Amino acid sequence: MGFLKRFFRVRAGVQQLPTGTITVDRNGHIITSTVSSTYPKNFLRDIGRDVLELFSEARAAQMPLAEISLQFGSLHITARELRGGAIIFLFPQTALLPTPTRSRL
Amino acid sequence: MMEKRHKILILDDDTDWLTLCREMLAALPSRPEILTANSGKRALSLLESEPVRLLICDLKMPRIDGLQILAIVRRRYPELRTVVLSGLEDEDFRSRAYALGVDLFWIKMEMQRNSKLFIECLESLLGRDDEPGFRGIQSKSLMDIIQMECLSRSSSVLRITRGPLVSKLWIQDGELIDAEAEGARGEAAFRRILSWKSGTFENLPAEPDHERLIMKPVNALLLETAQDIDEAANPITPESIEQSSHRKSIWKLSLLTREGADFVIAIPPEGMGEPEALGTQLVTPLVQWTRHAAALARRLGERLEAGPVMQVTGQNLERQVLVLEREERLFLVGWPVEATGNLLEKSRKLVASWDS
Repeated sequence: MGFLKRFFRVRAGVQQLPTGTITVDRNGHIITSTVSSTYPKNFLRDIGRDVLELFSEARAAQMPLAEISLQFGSLHITARELRGGAIIFLFPQTALLPTPTRSRL
Repeated sequence: MMEKRHKILILDDDTDWLTLCREMLAALPSRPEILTANSGKRALSLLESEPVRLLICDLKMPRIDGLQILAIVRRRYPELRTVVLSGLEDEDFRSRAYALGVDLFWIKMEMQRNSKLFIECLESLLGRDDEPGFRGIQSKSLMDIIQMECLSRSSSVLRITRGPLVSKLWIQDGELIDAEAEGARGEAAFRRILSWKSGTFENLPAEPDHERLIMKPVNALLLETAQDIDEAANPITPESIEQSSHRKSIWKLSLLTREGADFVIAIPPEGMGEPEALGTQLVTPLVQWTRHAAALARRLGERLEAGPVMQVTGQNLERQVLVLEREERLFLVGWPVEATGNLLEKSRKLVASWDS
């Protein structure tokens, strides 16, 4: 009787959140990473690419930024500009972990 | 016709607690159907298969915890009412949960001690529709609530919250004696509070020794304020329009100065009007960056399943900037680097006061 369930079972499909630090060069290539190797690499590349884009567009808008933070409901991303590349810190916002020390913003 | 029974889902990793909650919620007058889940994954499966009206969720759980679940359900099921029931008495968790849009946050011990009130709150949440009005009393304006308090000759302090804005009204023996809102006191504060269209309020114990700053009878004040609101909403002549817009600009500039911000740009959705900027000439490139940053953050959040974007911030040696979203508009708030205090909270207040 459980045969059909194998095909039609409802999957919750919850994705793990990344924890750790990555550094990306000016082309968006990941140089170093302390994020779990099970976390999809393409997502890390997306994060790196998006962060570099935000830095470069801020420069184009005559507002060069040295640090950018993206605060989501359950993830905090802080990126510091590093000679055209960036170092990116990823903190999941969970009740199991202490709140990361916030900068003033 | 058979009355519709709502479904409540309780999520907690402690099965004894689930049993206790199930028994307690059986006392709800509307007799909802109670579902339970002891893991986030199981709860998400149930939410996918059942039309649940209310989710009661613990915070501290193994694997996926309450905050992550709340971030996910807020995006997937925006209509779902959410209540956090936590053993953690931590202001930070409370504010993070409210920032995720939960309807109620209760401490477990407080819930056991005050179970009757908890049940009443849940019943109100189950029956609440998406109408404007003040939480707790359906479709009543703040004017109605104040009149009710004064007519019953009661003494209390009404604490009214609208997003990050908090105000207070002091009522003593049915008379309004003082108000406080956005740095103002007395009648000015009362007028500002009455312009709020929605929010939540709570009754605090009376403060009989509080200084009296409002001398006018409450009905006269209500009438005057209602007239002011009507006039502001229905400007009749071009002069009055100009006057009103001038008054608004002055008010916004004074807000900016009082808080110490460098600039604010309010950005409507594309094609829905012009951005409004105070304190900067560099409007077009900043508007473009802000729109792009918000869209990019939204996309990234969805891809990573990280929940809604709360804010985007940036800083350099001279300035700190903050992107916030409110009622479909984006706001870019700039602060000097030497600005102190909780800038996020200050920016939220600025943005919340912008149109009020």
